[in-house]
Amino acid sequence: MGIDPPGIAGCSAGPLAAGQRTRLIPQDVLPAPSLILEAGIELIENGQLADALAVSGIRVAEGLLLGGFLGVALGTAVGLSRWFEATVDPPMQVIRALPHLGLIPLFILWFGIGELPKVLLVALGVSFPLYLNTFSAIRQVDPKLFETAQVLGFTFWQRFRTIIVPSAAPQVLVGVRQSLAIAWLTLIVAEQINADKGIGFLINNARDFLRIDIIIFGLIVYALVGIGTDAIVRTLERRALRYRS
Amino acid sequence: MTIAAERQTAVAGELRHVNKWYGAHHVLTDVSLRVARGEIVALIGRSGSGKSTVLRLLAGLSTDHAGDRVVSGAPALAFQEPRLFPWRDVRTNVAYGLTRSRLTRSEAQTRADRALADVGLADHAEVWPLTLSGGQAQRVSLARALVAEPELLLLDEPFGALDALTRLSMRGLLLDLWREHRFGVLLVTHDVDEAVASADRVLVLEAGRVVHTLTIDEPRQSPGAHTASYRAALLDKLGVQI
Repeated sequence: MGIDPPGIAGCSAGPLAAGQRTRLIPQDVLPAPSLILEAGIELIENGQLADALAVSGIRVAEGLLLGGFLGVALGTAVGLSRWFEATVDPPMQVIRALPHLGLIPLFILWFGIGELPKVLLVALGVSFPLYLNTFSAIRQVDPKLFETAQVLGFTFWQRFRTIIVPSAAPQVLVGVRQSLAIAWLTLIVAEQINADKGIGFLINNARDFLRIDIIIFGLIVYALVGIGTDAIVRTLERRALRYRS
Repeated sequence: MTIAAERQTAVAGELRHVNKWYGAHHVLTDVSLRVARGEIVALIGRSGSGKSTVLRLLAGLSTDHAGDRVVSGAPALAFQEPRLFPWRDVRTNVAYGLTRSRLTRSEAQTRADRALADVGLADHAEVWPLTLSGGQAQRVSLARALVAEPELLLLDEPFGALDALTRLSMRGLLLDLWREHRFGVLLVTHDVDEAVASADRVLVLEAGRVVHTLTIDEPRQSPGAHTASYRAALLDKLGVQI
């Protein structure tokens, strides 16, 4: 029995390793933690993990930026203006009712199998939590602060900077956290259906070679990047709320 | 009127024959009032008598009314709650009172620090508003209102949410600042004792009309021979049986 891998694998490694030793769990169903760790080291050493992470990371980042921009911009417009609420919100609600992962076949036909459909799919999934949270965050800004701003003679941009952004920030960041989870989920699905690089491809490729250790390692990587990106947003949340200390 | 007399009674804020409706509801009926510079006028009335509407009108927060509104410069308004921006430090909050003055950032901060010193909070310039006590926050709100040296200060039950002791010291602070800067004050309150103790004149508002004006001819803050009768007269006008 090798050294238990640290972190997440470590939580289940004890009983899992015990299961392996007593041969209750066959190696070709669930490999021992030590073998998963070895597969990970193999992928790190031959550079496949770094390549796959870079590709998947860029897809998520581009999708987040595009979808985040759209979601926040539309949410802000709808939150600030009844006219936008009447014109933009109904079609948004209709599109939201579509399961965005169900659009994959359509996106493949429309945009091919390159990077574009994956980024667009992530963007689509990401935009709704941000849209909804931004919209409701702006509607919940204390109207008394707007009245105060009127007495003080604030311009629209001063009101935006001094009232709207700081008071909406905590809830928008909750939207960012939901969006991040959806971004990684969308990417996992999109990468397993058609991809020639990325973590999803790594996992899918491993399936063809019956490398369960690599599949499980890939899943752990997904979980870790999910936790890592969420931690970054939680740091931003604490910063945005430091005045409540 | 001579020029000297005119300057002495230079108007800080004035309403002439103002009427206002909310839909079919006539909320202000022929209201005329005048606050001169260096004068404190209290406006008392029951809830729903239109006090806040008068104040909002003078502050420029509500515009659709009939009649004339004359205000010298930009009036300052302090609300019942401090209404500070919690995500900006105290100094920045006070400096927002200078938004219309178009000063540089450092000039605004210098003046904000001076205003904070005036209200006794010089050492709180860099703290978050949520760490202040109710009285301290209300003093910051007062500093923000006064930092631009307005000619008219509008106060909407500014001490109503404070405990009795803090309220007394806030009233003392307000009068000190007023003696120094001589702005005109319109104090909206439902506290008869506060009105008698601080105002030159007390107007009683009832159902949107000024039904009574009482001139207080006594030194401020110290009860005199007439204090009890002023108090009784105002309570009577407000329909309070004691």
